Amino acid sequence: MKGMTIIVKTISSWVKMLIFLFGLYIILFGDTSPGGGFAGGVILASAYVLLMLAFGGDFVKQNLSPSLTLKLVCAGMLAFAAIAVAGLFYGPDAFFWNFITQKWLAGEGSNLHFINAGIIPLAEVAIGLIVCAAIFLVIFTFSTFKFDVSDNQKE
Amino acid sequence: MPYALCFLLFVIGLYCVLVKKNMVKIVIGILVMEYAVNLFLIMLGYRTGGIAPVVADDQVNAAANKVAAAFINASVDPLPQALVLTAIVISLGSLALIISICIRTYEKYGTFDITNIRRLKG
Amino acid sequence: MSIPLPVFVAVPLVTAFVMPLFGKKGKAVATLLANLATISLLVLAVVSIGQSRVYEIGKWSIPMGINLVLDGLSSLLLLAISVVSAAAMFFSTRYMEQYTAKSKYLCLFLLMVAGMNGVVLSGDIFNLFVFLEIASLASYALVGFGCEHEELEASFKYMVLGSVGSMFVLFAVALFYGNTGTLNMAYASKAIQDAGLNIGLAFAMALFIAGFGLKAALVPFHAWLPDAHPSAPAPISAMLSGVLIKALGVYALARVLFNVFGVSASVAGVLVSLGILSMVVGVFLAVGQWDFKRLLAYHSISQMGYVILGIGLGALILAKGGNKAYASLAILGGLFHLVNHAVFKSLLFLTSGSVQMSTGTRQLKELGGLAQKLPYTRATCTIASASIAGVPPFNGFWSKLILVIAAVQAGFFGLAVITVIVSLVTLISFLKVQRYVFLGELPENLKQTKENTGSMLVAMVVLACLCVLMGLLLMPALRSAILEPAVKVLTDGLEYSANIIEMANL
Repeated sequence: MKGMTIIVKTISSWVKMLIFLFGLYIILFGDTSPGGGFAGGVILASAYVLLMLAFGGDFVKQNLSPSLTLKLVCAGMLAFAAIAVAGLFYGPDAFFWNFITQKWLAGEGSNLHFINAGIIPLAEVAIGLIVCAAIFLVIFTFSTFKFDVSDNQKE
Repeated sequence: MPYALCFLLFVIGLYCVLVKKNMVKIVIGILVMEYAVNLFLIMLGYRTGGIAPVVADDQVNAAANKVAAAFINASVDPLPQALVLTAIVISLGSLALIISICIRTYEKYGTFDITNIRRLKG
Repeated sequence: MSIPLPVFVAVPLVTAFVMPLFGKKGKAVATLLANLATISLLVLAVVSIGQSRVYEIGKWSIPMGINLVLDGLSSLLLLAISVVSAAAMFFSTRYMEQYTAKSKYLCLFLLMVAGMNGVVLSGDIFNLFVFLEIASLASYALVGFGCEHEELEASFKYMVLGSVGSMFVLFAVALFYGNTGTLNMAYASKAIQDAGLNIGLAFAMALFIAGFGLKAALVPFHAWLPDAHPSAPAPISAMLSGVLIKALGVYALARVLFNVFGVSASVAGVLVSLGILSMVVGVFLAVGQWDFKRLLAYHSISQMGYVILGIGLGALILAKGGNKAYASLAILGGLFHLVNHAVFKSLLFLTSGSVQMSTGTRQLKELGGLAQKLPYTRATCTIASASIAGVPPFNGFWSKLILVIAAVQAGFFGLAVITVIVSLVTLISFLKVQRYVFLGELPENLKQTKENTGSMLVAMVVLACLCVLMGLLLMPALRSAILEPAVKVLTDGLEYSANIIEMANL
């Protein structure tokens, strides 16, 4: 698919950083204000969709190919699984246990709310990565799908 | 009363799935059913005149590690909100899958009309 | 040794997400990893026979947290799922060479296994719905895997009906939460026993029967099964017919009706009538089919009717306050038939896949005389056909015998007669299969067919040996270790809630 005019390309290459930053804010502050991994991941994906619309499908295919996006989804999933399984090091009945809050900071909290909340912000970051890559992959595949209606017209 | 309207929306979605002949309209019928169920689930947790389920600093009794009774009596239920979040993500995944099947079917058969897509019979 | 229960879900899930990293060049490594995953699940399931415990995730105590429950019924189904998935995965190492994108197939297959394990182990009803959706979405994608005309049409039909069924289940979960105030099955069961059923809960029960019945392909809701099961690749047909309709449909229905709501006479009557309808309609529609896999798919509907009939008969006897031993026998027949059907139906689908890979067709009128060309396939197919038709001493005979004895003991002579007639018609249709596929004349274009060797052969032979040996599960030692705890969970019914709360507070 083709890109757009030069005005759109210039503006979108400035605006993409703002959208990305907003998406990261929604992900990281998901436990004290509305948002979290899912909503933040969708906003991150919309930054890449903006790039795809402005610069064209071929540009994006060279720089962020579908196979790389699929590997990002898998990497995000494996990170989430690693967080969940890491609890098992503290005993066989501690799958997905919030070991950062309970074990390392027992008795005294910190003022930094990321560490205070334990594994929850880490899990949100992993979910944000997964959702961003997955939704971008879906939208990219639907936009650049090419029909070959050569052999199946009548049936 | 609002619950009955949710059920009516669900039945409208079910009617659309059963009666329509275009594949994309059937998919829209499934979507309407999903919206109806998500709406029903959210309305279950609502309390008239309630506050958001976020605990402010002055409502926690730190010594006893308990939340003030005023908060519990006034806040809406946060559990259906988590359920609906999960249900929305699931329906997003199934929507992506079913639309891609529709696109591939159009590529093979050349039509969206389900009365013409009838190779499997008997 | 006590294995943490999330391992059953975590192992296939993590392996599934390692698969797409391999791409085309690492296909052999990916297949090896996937086979290791399913075989290790089989070992874990065998080690967990007879244990029962509650696992609270994240150390949050129930009812605030989510729990996983392993009791007799769950361990029986885990065993069935792991046996069939190990055999199907081993079969697909050779069979899926015909398709491209094998690593994505392995990823979806392992996701389906993870979803089914999660459904069977879940102790919380929304958790059950989420894992049900994971397994269903993976199976929708796998049915249409070949992307040909018929596979896409079948996948679309399956997906529309499956989504409608899932929406029914979600609506029922919402009504359930609204009326009991908790999502945990044990605490909700306690609340229902204290307060009784009101109209919201009765409507939720009806929606659960509709939704899970649609997943289990009981007769008013069976329209997707004859299209979806033949169009899928053969190991996926084996998984779908062998375990998916049981773990998602029959297990969930039994768990929710027996342990959470409690069976009454009217609900049990509904189950019995659904069972009879499925048995009769399935087998009479199957006899006239000329496509090998479509015939097997209709027989799946009929055999599911047997299982639901056994469970419903036990529920009817319990609800009317009859002899508990008769009810136990009926439920034993139903659950034993569930496990037997998993083994012999998946073996039948694997042999049909072997025939299709060798000859390229599955229409009965184009096959014939393959007895010399495909000797091992013929032997295993004969064993499986004898099992499903109820010929002694294979495993199908024992479970059907128990069902007939239970029906006669409870005084339902009509049900016993219908069961025997359906068995005879099943025998007729499988004699038809044997005559048209293996006996008769060899057509000209099939003179070069060769037997399939390697992993496909090993998988089929292992399942055939299980068909022969599973009659031994009725021996008292094995029966009290594997089958009786499952029956006890269902006949105890509403004591599930007290047991779970006690096990969790230990």
